[in-house]
Amino acid sequence: MRVLLFGRLADVAGWRERVLDVPPVALSALRAELAREDSALGEALAGPGVQAAVDQVLVRGEAILDGASEVAFLPPMSGG
Amino acid sequence: MIRLQTEILDVGALTAGFCADRSETGAVATFIGLARAEGGATRVLELEAYSGFTERQIALMVEEAIARFGLHDVAVVHRVGAVAPGEAVVFVATAAPHRREALQACDQLMDYLKSRAPFWKKEHGPDGARWIEPTGKDLADAERWDG
Repeated sequence: MRVLLFGRLADVAGWRERVLDVPPVALSALRAELAREDSALGEALAGPGVQAAVDQVLVRGEAILDGASEVAFLPPMSGG
Repeated sequence: MIRLQTEILDVGALTAGFCADRSETGAVATFIGLARAEGGATRVLELEAYSGFTERQIALMVEEAIARFGLHDVAVVHRVGAVAPGEAVVFVATAAPHRREALQACDQLMDYLKSRAPFWKKEHGPDGARWIEPTGKDLADAERWDG
């Protein structure tokens, strides 16, 4: 499973993409795993306005990651 | 047409192309957003998108605007990568039978793009870099069109 970070999340973590050989079962478990490895990233992921997309679909709250191939964490968006 | 590109936007060609071959469109509204220098504080604006996802999220906004305002067509062309002050960041064009719908749709699409389209902007200046996040006003502007 690929994990993608965008915007300031990638700056905080020092990476923008990585592959997990053993995918966590749920989004909350993925967040917990990332936070355990890097507390600054954990804090940033829990920050206001950070959304998650599973296989390029925005999810609210918890999501089961069974079969998911890509999870992206998206800080507040700003185009234009 | 929805397109992300690293190349400079040729807004003249985009406008001419969008207006071409229309017989029932009475109004085309365009909006061009330029990168600001912020009095020298910004040397480069860096724009990041989530390839595929960003285009699809914009497509949802475009579909909603087409349905709401009865548009004939919409174009959204957005820069990604490094953008210098004075360069166009975004080009939005809407085509409608009459001007009010074209203008309002253009306004709504820009409000949505400012705070709901998956782009992340980093301002690089003499004092370092900072991420730009939507302001309270940006969020309120987008909420005007909800519901």
